Amino acid sequence: MMSTLRNVALWFEQRLHLVKLWEQTAGHPVPKSTGSWFYTFGSMTLTCFVIQIATGIFLAMSYVPSAAEAYHSLELLNYTQPLGWVMRGMHYWGSTMMVIMMMCHMTQVFLWGAYKYPRELTWISGCILLVVTLGLAFSGQVMRFDADAYWGVGIGAAVGGRIPIIGDAVVHLLLGGPIIGTDALSRFFALHVFILPGSLLAFVSIHLRLVLSKGINEQPKPGVLVKRETYDQHYHGIIKREGVPFAGIIGKDVVANGILLLVIVALALFIGPKGPGIPANPPLVIPEAKPDYPFLWLFAAAALLPSGSEIFLFFIFPTIAGLLLFALPFISNEGEKHWRRRPVAIATVVLSYLGIGMLTYEAMVGPWSPHMDAWSGLPIKPEYLKGRTPVELQGAVVLQKMQCRNCHAIAGEGGHRGPDLAQVATRMTNPQLVRQVIQGGGNMPAYGKNLSPEETRALVAYLSSLHPPNVPPAREAVGPLKPIGESQPTPTPGKEVTVSQ
Amino acid sequence: MASSDPNEDSAHEMPKFDYRATRRDFMLKLGLGINAVAGALVGIPIIGFFVSSVVQKQGRTWVSLGSIDQFPEQATRMAVFINPYRNQADGDTAHIPCWVKRAAGETFKVFAINCTHLGCPVRWFEQSKLFLCPCHGGAFYEDGSHAAGPPPRGLYVYEHKVEKGELMIKAGVLPTLADPS
Repeated sequence: MMSTLRNVALWFEQRLHLVKLWEQTAGHPVPKSTGSWFYTFGSMTLTCFVIQIATGIFLAMSYVPSAAEAYHSLELLNYTQPLGWVMRGMHYWGSTMMVIMMMCHMTQVFLWGAYKYPRELTWISGCILLVVTLGLAFSGQVMRFDADAYWGVGIGAAVGGRIPIIGDAVVHLLLGGPIIGTDALSRFFALHVFILPGSLLAFVSIHLRLVLSKGINEQPKPGVLVKRETYDQHYHGIIKREGVPFAGIIGKDVVANGILLLVIVALALFIGPKGPGIPANPPLVIPEAKPDYPFLWLFAAAALLPSGSEIFLFFIFPTIAGLLLFALPFISNEGEKHWRRRPVAIATVVLSYLGIGMLTYEAMVGPWSPHMDAWSGLPIKPEYLKGRTPVELQGAVVLQKMQCRNCHAIAGEGGHRGPDLAQVATRMTNPQLVRQVIQGGGNMPAYGKNLSPEETRALVAYLSSLHPPNVPPAREAVGPLKPIGESQPTPTPGKEVTVSQ
Repeated sequence: MASSDPNEDSAHEMPKFDYRATRRDFMLKLGLGINAVAGALVGIPIIGFFVSSVVQKQGRTWVSLGSIDQFPEQATRMAVFINPYRNQADGDTAHIPCWVKRAAGETFKVFAINCTHLGCPVRWFEQSKLFLCPCHGGAFYEDGSHAAGPPPRGLYVYEHKVEKGELMIKAGVLPTLADPS
């Protein structure tokens, strides 16, 4: 019996050269120190990718890539197809995890100096994998063909249309036609299921091949510098001294990946898939088109940067950032690897995460987007109405009716595009308020044409009453001390406000 | 195969190969030539297919928004038309909204729904007479001009005409900064 098995094994071995394959891959020697929790993010990213392929193939069996059918097929997956919702959930959370794990992996290899000589190409192929993965995340969001996806494509086209000279061609190429329709969805489908996963497979192969041929980066020690002339010898020395077969140190990877899989399945089961949201029916003017997590920071930056900086945000900045990222191994090819002695590297990581993190947070709370229903859905609180004169109360009605609160909150309630009005009278005098309302400016529309003089007067009277009882309203720094004309209507309850003509 | 051990690399033990041997050389060159021609014949249609939406660009054409009577004077209303390049698989996305402002009589102005900042759909607020964009807070006046926020220009305007009591606009192309109208 044993000898038969042995013969069968030998028969395969003679044909497949498995021993050699094992020696070159799982058996290849790596520094013992690399058996570390910090070195598990790469394999976790790969595991996510495997999950994406597995679930993606099965989703493709039910998904219909047509603008007329896509939404319906997703609903069928969610509610009719047995376990369809689990499949969608795993695909969504797998993609979220893939981006997160990739960021962790990239941060780790950056802080550990793994991109330095001789692993330049490993880093560059990793950068390509980052770009492809983000491409998959964006195109995947389009597959969820709801209103967000539809307007997301619209935003993509609008960004493309901003490219000088070739903008128009880019838009038509992206949409596969003159306008957003089924051709655009089909383009993104081809990108999402053929072109990008194919590229990812190819570059993962190159990436892993490079990891094998150039070795896993040893745990750096502070003060041990990388030199082109001596590094290879140094690394071989490490392998000789403390080399172990790769298969011998993967315990932590296996544990981490197991936990990762459990997390993805748990998220899929307990939170479930995302969407689809409102159907992609353009006349249903949707309240807000927000992208998925990986792109929220871009969405926020587009709102927060000054008008006219879009060319910088969408083209110049990514080009410079991309060039720096790809050129990193050549900018810093030798020298210190340990993060403790690389303050610039630490600052880069901290600032990048703070920047992306804060922008993402801003995008989630959306303080700049108008609160489209505030005027009809958020009444002014009684304490901001109590004791006001009839004219002031009329002004409060104007404030509400004219949708002012879509952009202006009162004590935090309402839009945050403009300043909160709860204490506006302490900042602006009566004439300044009149000017601001009529002429606009400072990113506020002018209401001169849409407000009658009476409405303006009432509105400004109300705004002038918005100050705490113990803080006097703002007053002109120069001129007569006694209020003249329209300035300073008194907030005292019951007292009449005189408004001059 | 000289060696009987399969694990021994025997590939390097072949006699030296002369790549310049004339007949093989000719065959290789002929083969490369044939493949270059065939490659072009395969590749040109593929590339042509891919870029066809750019090369054979579909332009704007006249679309009816229906009778002008449905648009009250001095008011702004949403109108929805069917994309002239509708494909059967387009479904609901063939329904394109736009904002029609009828000033008086046959004086109209038709605005695209797409904000000039990043293409999000703008919404009309009758009371304050403003178009507001939900994405980044762009605002436009009743006449479509820029009022506030990040948009670089006023709303995109469709070319229009009134024919036999019907309001017609030239549409079918997504307005962008590269091709506003």
